[in-house]
Amino acid sequence: MARTERRLHHPLWVRLTHWVSAGAFLALVVSGVAILLALPRLFWGETGANDAPAWIVLPLPINLEQTGWGRNLHFLAAWIFVLSGTVYGLAAVITGHFLRRLVPDRDQIRPGALACEFRDHLRLRGAGPAEPERYNALQKLAYLAVLLVLAPVMLLSGLTMSPGVTAAYPELFTLFGGRQSARTIHFLAALLLVGFLLVHLWQVLVNHPLRLMRGMITGRAPGARERL
Amino acid sequence: MHDISRRRLLLGTSALGLGSALGGCDLIADGPSRSGLYGLSDTLTFATQRFLLRDQPLVREFGPEAISRVFPTINTTDPDNPDYRRSKAQGFADWRLPVSGLVERPTTFSLAELRAMPARTQITLHACEQGWSAIGGWTGVPLSHLLASIGLKREARFIVIRSVDGWWDSYDLFDALHPQTILAYGMNGSDLPVAHGAPVRLRVERQLGYKSLKYLASIEAVASVSRLSQGRGSMVSELGFSWYAGI
Repeated sequence: MARTERRLHHPLWVRLTHWVSAGAFLALVVSGVAILLALPRLFWGETGANDAPAWIVLPLPINLEQTGWGRNLHFLAAWIFVLSGTVYGLAAVITGHFLRRLVPDRDQIRPGALACEFRDHLRLRGAGPAEPERYNALQKLAYLAVLLVLAPVMLLSGLTMSPGVTAAYPELFTLFGGRQSARTIHFLAALLLVGFLLVHLWQVLVNHPLRLMRGMITGRAPGARERL
Repeated sequence: MHDISRRRLLLGTSALGLGSALGGCDLIADGPSRSGLYGLSDTLTFATQRFLLRDQPLVREFGPEAISRVFPTINTTDPDNPDYRRSKAQGFADWRLPVSGLVERPTTFSLAELRAMPARTQITLHACEQGWSAIGGWTGVPLSHLLASIGLKREARFIVIRSVDGWWDSYDLFDALHPQTILAYGMNGSDLPVAHGAPVRLRVERQLGYKSLKYLASIEAVASVSRLSQGRGSMVSELGFSWYAGI
């Protein structure tokens, strides 16, 4: 009887792209910080340098010795992240996963339902999903924000720092308002992504972490109530 | 014609990354090599950008009002080389730039001879791998013009450029013959300052600043860079940086 309960099952392509992207994201964060240490200052517009006025001076040590490995790892990880993300995006749209799993259902986005969920999240209720067969609305909105806003902003602002790509597409400079603006936005979007990761990890930790980890690794996610 | 199309084919197949898939990690035939995963991601980046830049677009050029007040100088800012110091004391009157290798008429140019050639002025954004960027105006002779004036041989595939401070780098013809690749002797309307590479520096606008060598000492046209030094195509690649810096 408990075994007939419907739970989210993660297909193989979700699990593969999830872990490949997770590894690439960690590498991007670590190498991104290494690159940032060469000039831990942020600017708006086209230009910026140590002796030029900065928008923000980050409280980080200046270190010019970390750019070599940092850049190598960053661009390798960026390729892996982009390729894995492309596979995920295509598969999500083609299989209907995107509409079925990620777009909030009509009943979830009624103001009352949203407010209720918002209150539950604010109270840090970690008792597990009330509806194990679908993601809650805030969770779906967080995933959509990452997929549709933050990831594309990261990719495009990163490409705006490429002298080769911008020679072909100078529109990128217009989109972000200059090379240094793109660098600043790249950093701010990275902060938001790290924030997402922290909330994501916290949600896993307070909601049956072993079961959720097992679900994302093997695809099978036996519920706690199944009393195996 | 046959030779050129075969060359194109070689360029094309290795640029598509087939070279790496087959075990080698040459970006282009007879070009610099890099092993391992970083060689693979460099190849992907290079092939993608060569495709995006296939019509040889120019980078943006700005008006004089955009020129940055702060334009940092890094690495060598005043070469500690006796010949250079002597030349600098004479206002670079005795400075010479030998252009040799696979050219019909190897020639040594003086600064006055370079200045007498058709000049190009471009105000562009310089991006350093450290993260800073600045806008500067550069005046000089296009490398393509200089090479054409002494006859680049058909078998030439790369241009190797050496600097008085020991830096060296190489460029395939795709970048070397681009209209904005110039030998600059002027900056922001004046002579090129010593800190920025006087008397003549290179400008390669579609790549990061480290490809725009300062203090030029010699130019050589070659068919291959795979046996030059460690075969990695430049001094900075031997320090772990990418040979192709279009990122």
